[in-house]
Amino acid sequence: MSFSVNEPSNRQKWGAGILVISYAIITLLPLLWIIATGFKSPADSISYPPKVLFEPSLEGYVNLFTTQTRASEETFEALGDPTTWYDEIVRKKGMVIVGPSRFSERFLNSVIIGFGSTFFAIVLGTAAAYAFSRFRVPLKDDLLFFILSTRMMPPIAVAIPIFLMFRQLGLSDTHAGMILLYTGVNLSLAVWLINGFIDEIPIEYEEAALIDGYTRFQAFYKVVLPQAATGIASTAIFCLIFAWNEYAFAVLLTSGNAQTAPPFIPTIIGVGGFDWPAMAAGATIFLLPVMVFTILLRKHLLSGITFGAVRK
Amino acid sequence: MPKSAIERAAEVTPPAVARRIKGLSDRAIAWIFVTPTIVILLAINIFPLIWTIWLSFTNFRVNRPNNAVEFIGLRNYERILTDPDTWMTMQATAHFLFWTIFFQVLIGFALAYLINKKFKGNDMWTTIIVLPMMLSPAVVGNFWTFLYQPQIGFFNYVVSFFTGVDPTSFSMIGDVSLAPWSIVIVDTWMWTPFVMLICLAGLRSIPDNIYEAAECDRASKWRQFWTITIPMVLPFLMLAILFRGIENFKMFDLVVQLTGGGPGSTTELTSINLKREAFEKWRTGFASAYAVILFVTVFGLASIYVKALNRVKAR
Repeated sequence: MSFSVNEPSNRQKWGAGILVISYAIITLLPLLWIIATGFKSPADSISYPPKVLFEPSLEGYVNLFTTQTRASEETFEALGDPTTWYDEIVRKKGMVIVGPSRFSERFLNSVIIGFGSTFFAIVLGTAAAYAFSRFRVPLKDDLLFFILSTRMMPPIAVAIPIFLMFRQLGLSDTHAGMILLYTGVNLSLAVWLINGFIDEIPIEYEEAALIDGYTRFQAFYKVVLPQAATGIASTAIFCLIFAWNEYAFAVLLTSGNAQTAPPFIPTIIGVGGFDWPAMAAGATIFLLPVMVFTILLRKHLLSGITFGAVRK
Repeated sequence: MPKSAIERAAEVTPPAVARRIKGLSDRAIAWIFVTPTIVILLAINIFPLIWTIWLSFTNFRVNRPNNAVEFIGLRNYERILTDPDTWMTMQATAHFLFWTIFFQVLIGFALAYLINKKFKGNDMWTTIIVLPMMLSPAVVGNFWTFLYQPQIGFFNYVVSFFTGVDPTSFSMIGDVSLAPWSIVIVDTWMWTPFVMLICLAGLRSIPDNIYEAAECDRASKWRQFWTITIPMVLPFLMLAILFRGIENFKMFDLVVQLTGGGPGSTTELTSINLKREAFEKWRTGFASAYAVILFVTVFGLASIYVKALNRVKAR
């Protein structure tokens, strides 16, 4: 590395490091607290002062995934000894498991709708972005800006007509409806970002391919796509995170069949009083994939955020 | 004039052959590629917008589909703008917007400045700081209600640990004067990293040789900071403010889960108010007019702001 007058001194580096690390730890504490609460027993979760050290328990997770009911002595005797470890946890409270809870269904809905809408947003977005970048499209800049400005609308404002529209078309509370909706919302961002990535690929590559006898389609998927792959992948992650996290549309347009996890998690608490560990367990299972993703893909994600914002 | 490769290729191939080789014409491909996107955007974004505008002039109510829909002109708009509740929610929104942006800019810029000192391991710590902004706002709002519990809550415990105040003596989301701050704190925790990342991009875009030149001119570090660093980062910072402004004006999920607009209507932001009108009172026409007003407000403010931003950039 070259010498520069601007290279901070060691003391400055240490000072900056200590301050940033302290902030990072403060940021991390609420998250760690929630993850820890998921492993507490209900009694430990509401103890005062709050317990930092506690005996880990999986009760929260068992409560999250099962529906339980209080049972009488006779029922217990009729059932015999608990057969599994989670049966045992539940029996200790004088309850029996009567079935799975809705959480796994909701989680699965989140996965289906998240990946489905991301897939369509990326496929359609890439095609449109390529066309915008390489062909003369009338009113291109206006169109691009208009596409983007649709994101300025509050989701609740759009939800009114969408609610009416979905009811007419029989799309309310269906997976197809939610995938269509999230595709629509994500598409504007996808077109905008991918258009930027494709603009950066020199047009000469394609021209060379065309001379070699490739068709436009071949040039598109054999030359342009591999070059833009990283950019497209990070756009896909943003779309996925958006669909995964979305709450406003989900809470208004879904109720039973296609409900995703974000509107469901807050309702966990209502079942049987304040079951904080079950709520924390649900939040942990739902948030942890995003955290792990962020840490693994930090390079692309962080540059993607700034790229997306600064380009606009 | 030198010809592009395509033109040269076109010259040496007879038109009929060229069409067979290339398959579809460029124009056809352009249409095939763009049309699905336009159709979906029209269906999901534009058509609803037009429908909302139309509904805003009517007295339509979703829960009374048999009532005749009457065209009532601007009466919905009139009612909204003369309603003191509207201005209460606008005030709550303004408070939320101002303070979240204030803290996020302050902390976000400071963090970016420190991270730019390139201490060892800075990218790992940056990633950790960024974590909250990737999470689902509704779920975050939900678990912060637990952290804000007066007796068992972690937040109250930490505050009492450092200040000695009895943790049960205050309730962040139950108290009229504290609730507006409870949402500011969580939003700042969540979104400061966004401002930080944009500022960091700004700081990294400043070429070293400007500082070197300033050093030769014997400008003090303090002077360099105010005459080089700040003006160069300003366009980035303004952009970050724009995004946070738009996002927080639309804010719904985090706050609805955290306080639900309460206590009373102290944290009832415009989106929450809108949801109440549209999906609890089912005043569809009225709510549509409200939605149009909000959209025009955001769009108008954003356009003015972008003009100002471009002026700063041009300097």
